[in-house]
Amino acid sequence: MIENTGVATKEDLAQVEPSLERREKGPVAVFECFQEIPCNPCYTSCRVGAVEEFKDINDLPHVDHDRCTGCGVCISHCPGLAIFVVDQSHQDYAVVRVPYEFLPVPSEGQEVDALDREGNVVCRARVRKVQNAKSQDKTLVVWLEVPHEAAMTARNFRVVKDR
Amino acid sequence: MISLRAYDAIVIGGGPAGLPAAIELASCGAKVAMIDREDRLGGQLTKQTHMFFGSQSQRAGTRGVDIAGILAKEALEKGVEVYLGATVLGYYDDRVIAVEKDERFIKMKATAYVVATGASEKMLAFPNNDLPGVYGAGAIQTLMNVHGVMPGKRALMVGAGNIGLIISYQLVQAGVEVAAIVEAAPRIGGYWVHASKVRRLGIPVLTSHTVTQVHGTDAVERVTVARVDDSWSPVPGTERDFDVDVVGLAVGLSPLTELLWQAGCAMRFVPALGGHVPVRNENLETSVDGLFVAGDVAGVEEASSAMLEGRLAGLAAALKLGRGSVTGVMKAMEEARLELESLRAGPVGDKIRKGLEALAREAMAS
Ligand SMILES: Cc1cc2nc3c(=O)[nH]c(=O)nc-3n(C[C@H](O)[C@H](O)[C@H](O)COP(=O)(O)OP(=O)(O)OC[C@H]3O[C@@H](n4cnc5c(N)ncnc54)[C@H](O)[C@@H]3O)c2cc1C
Ligand code: SF4
Ligand code: SF4
Repeated sequence: MIENTGVATKEDLAQVEPSLERREKGPVAVFECFQEIPCNPCYTSCRVGAVEEFKDINDLPHVDHDRCTGCGVCISHCPGLAIFVVDQSHQDYAVVRVPYEFLPVPSEGQEVDALDREGNVVCRARVRKVQNAKSQDKTLVVWLEVPHEAAMTARNFRVVKDR
Repeated sequence: MISLRAYDAIVIGGGPAGLPAAIELASCGAKVAMIDREDRLGGQLTKQTHMFFGSQSQRAGTRGVDIAGILAKEALEKGVEVYLGATVLGYYDDRVIAVEKDERFIKMKATAYVVATGASEKMLAFPNNDLPGVYGAGAIQTLMNVHGVMPGKRALMVGAGNIGLIISYQLVQAGVEVAAIVEAAPRIGGYWVHASKVRRLGIPVLTSHTVTQVHGTDAVERVTVARVDDSWSPVPGTERDFDVDVVGLAVGLSPLTELLWQAGCAMRFVPALGGHVPVRNENLETSVDGLFVAGDVAGVEEASSAMLEGRLAGLAAALKLGRGSVTGVMKAMEEARLELESLRAGPVGDKIRKGLEALAREAMAS
């Protein structure tokens, strides 16, 4: 269980994942936040009102996946780094956007190892884009192109030396 | 001859609790001094390079170190007189304190005090825990985030509370490999989002495990960990070794209350608040008239609550001094109290709520 391992279970994830149908329409946020903690920047940072208003600051976040535009603004505002954006509208690959606070910063077009929720390598990924605007305050957002099978498992990556 | 410097209020400790207290007092027109033994303001915040939780009014999503800068600037702008590298050594009967700065003594006196000295780290007993390479979590943070020095190449962290989890993450950011995080309790004590963050880096979190021994001649070379049973005793045969040169301890904090004892504040032992804590009323005034407390010294909690407590204590002290507009101050106090309550309302605030209730009960009983 996540309280013992720090890793979300299938059941946990089933509660928060947008449907495949929604993911195939275009980018959408996945909030992997499962514990009531006093925190709400996801709500205050979303400009389109896709995150339900917090009645109590300890509430769990709820995203309306139909209203969410997948803009990704919330990713770098979440202190838990618990938000990802998934886009399965492309034929050949899925795009997963992940928060990243490490060095080295990969370059666009570079190949990296995509990692799952336990840090295991899932597949190779191509870096499509690296966002590092001032408003993100040093939490970069990296766009990974991965096979569709990895869309819901790839949640991190590692820059590997060129082989 | 030592001259006496007199103020309306003195705030001891310039962390997230002390800073807002000084800002509120100065805003109300009081003559305020703030004293901190470090060379810069901000307390624990100066080491915290991660984004903060809490609500936006407590600057959630901003990095701790940046919050420290914002608050310190505000305090100076409001005219708070700041003494840095100055340690308060004693509190005497006639409301006089002795301060050591640059190897000289300064005597100061104030009508109101806000004590916001924070907390100190707990140690853990195991063979060789005095070998170089065994660090408290705070020391690792200071080395890395303040001085830019790597503590070693490969680390094992003890404690899966927020501090242990965050420091493990920061170690990896600094280029140090983290072999594992061990936690004696069966559950992760810190926020699960922090745990998930370190798990995604491939760091195992071994719950129900403890350190039994550290090995090495001149410095840490290896550490043995073992599984623990329900009574927290290591289970023979479950030992395993990790080759590391750093062992980080993040096993809890206890309030730094020496000055409160000296001042004669009524104290109670409340484990949920970190140890001995001062009895106080809803405005954070202790049993000593005009002596207020805020932040970790009043019960180990969070920077977000420390900031609110600081505000509340500062406002209450201003009221006591007869500064500021009474209705304005009372309204601001009510707001701070409500915000504190909402912060503590959730399941992770359970421990603090229970602790505060226990303190109130204890105080009533005597
Ligand atoms: C790694 C880590 C991560 C954390 N993450 C978060 C987080 O994400 N969100 C959150 O809300 N909280 C977080 N916290 C907790 C937070 O840092 C503390 O709760 C908070 O700093 C307490 O504030 P304080 O002002 O009471 O004490 P401190 O910040 O400890 O400040 C006390 C100050 O008093 C000074 N002082 C002490 N004694 C004397 C003396 N005798 N004379 C002069 N000066 C003295 C000290 O030098 C210090 O500057 C974290 C803590 C750590 C260690
Ligand atoms: S991705 Fe954009 S629209 Fe969707 S929840 Fe986040 S901020 Fe709101
Ligand atoms: S900002 Fe992130 S950690 Fe905080 S409640 Fe929202 S999703 Fe959870």
